[in-house]
Amino acid sequence: MPENRSQPSLASSRGLRYWWRLLVDRLATVITVLCAILVLTPLVAIFAYLVYRGVGALNWAFLTQTPKPVGELGGGMANAMVGSAIILGIASLIGVPLGIGSGIFLAEHGNHRFAQLVRFTADVLNGVPSIVTGIAVYSLVVLQQKHFSGFAGGVALGIMMVPTITRTTEEMLLMVPNVVREASLGLGIPRWRTTISVVLRTATSGVITGIMLAFARVAGETAPLLFTAFGNQFWSLKLNQPMAALPLQIYVYAISPFDDWHRQAWAGALVLILLIVGAVAAVRVATSRGMVRGAA
Amino acid sequence: MGVGMEARDLNAWFGPAQVLHGISMDMAANQVTAIIGPSGCGKSTFIRCLNRLHETVPGARVEGKVKVGGSDIYGRSVPAVEVRRRVGMVFQKPNPFPTMSIYDNVAAGLKLNGFRNRRELDQIVERSLCQAALWDEVKDQVKKKSGASLSGGQQQRLCIARALAVAPEVLLMDEPCSALDPISTSKIEELVFELKKDYTVVIVTHNMQQASRVADFTGFFLLGYMVEFDRTERVFTNPADKRTEDYVTGRFG
Amino acid sequence: MTRTRFQLGLDELKEKLLRMGGLAEQAVDRAIEAYSSRDPEASEKVFRGEQSINMVEREIDELALDLLAMQQPVAVDLRFILAVIKVNADLERVGDQAVNIAERARDLAGLPAVELPADIPRMAATATGMVRQALEAFIRADADLAQQVLGSDNSVDRMKREIEAAMMAQMKQSPASARQALDTLLIARNLERVADHGTNIAEDVIFWVRGADVRHLGPGTPATPLP
Repeated sequence: MPENRSQPSLASSRGLRYWWRLLVDRLATVITVLCAILVLTPLVAIFAYLVYRGVGALNWAFLTQTPKPVGELGGGMANAMVGSAIILGIASLIGVPLGIGSGIFLAEHGNHRFAQLVRFTADVLNGVPSIVTGIAVYSLVVLQQKHFSGFAGGVALGIMMVPTITRTTEEMLLMVPNVVREASLGLGIPRWRTTISVVLRTATSGVITGIMLAFARVAGETAPLLFTAFGNQFWSLKLNQPMAALPLQIYVYAISPFDDWHRQAWAGALVLILLIVGAVAAVRVATSRGMVRGAA
Repeated sequence: MGVGMEARDLNAWFGPAQVLHGISMDMAANQVTAIIGPSGCGKSTFIRCLNRLHETVPGARVEGKVKVGGSDIYGRSVPAVEVRRRVGMVFQKPNPFPTMSIYDNVAAGLKLNGFRNRRELDQIVERSLCQAALWDEVKDQVKKKSGASLSGGQQQRLCIARALAVAPEVLLMDEPCSALDPISTSKIEELVFELKKDYTVVIVTHNMQQASRVADFTGFFLLGYMVEFDRTERVFTNPADKRTEDYVTGRFG
Repeated sequence: MTRTRFQLGLDELKEKLLRMGGLAEQAVDRAIEAYSSRDPEASEKVFRGEQSINMVEREIDELALDLLAMQQPVAVDLRFILAVIKVNADLERVGDQAVNIAERARDLAGLPAVELPADIPRMAATATGMVRQALEAFIRADADLAQQVLGSDNSVDRMKREIEAAMMAQMKQSPASARQALDTLLIARNLERVADHGTNIAEDVIFWVRGADVRHLGPGTPATPLP
């Protein structure tokens, strides 16, 4: 190709400018990767340490037995695992319907004065320290019933789930394009049916993500349970009695002076993490296979 | 069988702004009526008044009469939902329900209104897909394939099938081909010609050649007014109003 | 103004058609000149001019076809192009009639001159006047002017009948000049056809401008729009 000095050819662009830009580009990539690693490190470190400390005490007895009295070795956290499951179940029964319902309300009537109030309340509730929620439920439920209960624990955690689920549901519903709503209305499908069977169904995966986020958050809360479920050394399946829960049990064991209990606390923490991860993963798998079809 | 539609003195507002001024128009039964006009002339608004979809927008208002087969759809005790079952709509951008299969999409209008009979649903779905000229292409996968996985032209035909499944009397089409390639467009125009036998069709289009190919009657809208309404041949060979002529000859500056 | 390309095409079409009109008128004028002056060279000019007329006719048809195919004209534009195509054909036939007249004139030039009671120049003036007026109506898009042309057809017909009768009588009375009489009669018929083409052109103008089809209705029928 004839050399044409007046026009810049591709070859001449490989000057200093080019190499500088390449350097900056590579540097940016390196920095972002480093940031990602920095974020993952504490996560991985915690998890690895948990496994390291906890796996030793993790055995069949741990998973099936209730705590032994003080001084005796062995025992497990079976009742705490079951208790946590029950409390979280109650919390979900309270939190999910309320959260989705409010989310639908906000998405459909978001411009109303009242809706703005609801939104504001949800955001505030989100920021309330969990111990304050626990004390509130203590006054409202425990004092009325005159005893600690798993039910009260469920209520406290349920209340904490509501703001997250509400806001996520609202966001996901608003993300459904308006043309989908119009298509449904155009078929003569009533508004309420449109919202539930079409719009919500389209936003299902996002809504479930919101629910999982809320679930994961409350599953590990200890403070509210201190004043509501209170914890229990024995098998406790009745809802009107104090109930054991993993976070509570871990807390009690961790601040005790016994080594055996310390080891069991580590195991408990590991189990707790594994249960949460397992629950979230299971739901993800179920939704991706289309088994969760939502309201039909 | 299709029924005729009449608009009498129709006015519409978005909040304080009036977008339709005293539109009066007859849409004859089993005929195709096209509405043409430049952007913002109110043609989409008008067609959305015909199935009471305009009023779903916050702040929107309608005054006037629209009669379907003689009865005013804006009558005092007429539920909007009922109107929309008699007057179906196909939109500009194909919008099948994203999380539903082809079958569920077509059946949606019936299922979500309480219709349960499995066998009848199967028949209706097949018939609607045949009417929309889509059955042959998807018949093996109606329940497995999702609505959103079809091509643009197929999606639009799916939407047509979905609208037809509830057995409307009138079919409204709001620029149904503007997002499609020429071949899909031509298939849908063919379809409109066939559908005319059983339904009354009102089609909004920004493509004048489409109106001239497909429509029996054509109305020209400008700035919310209806300037001219006549048989399509007349509008495209010798329109009465100069503004119509300027528009159809492309001289609209 | 939008559709510049289209507008340029339409302008070119109009220009070519006017040139065609000029050539056709000129041909008839020259043919009558050949008749009056009995100059065979004048007839030759007409024969040579035929070629240009045919060439322009082809150009106009081709351009019209292209515009129809590529610009999808409707309404007034479509009527204009249709009118141009028809006027084009009529003007070409006017050219043909001029050739016929020139042939008769050449024949007459070779025969002894005879005084005949036929005012060919006057009839020619009327006939070409009609064509000119129709073309004027075309330039100005004036349907009223075109309407007037329709009214003149009768007078040309009358002139033709008069000349026919006179020439028939002439052939009976003096067989020696029968051929001249016949040639003159034929020229009168050719001129009558020129006038007919003028009428056609006027009808086409009215069709274009008003969207009214006034063909075969006669000059007195009011123009009604297309159904």
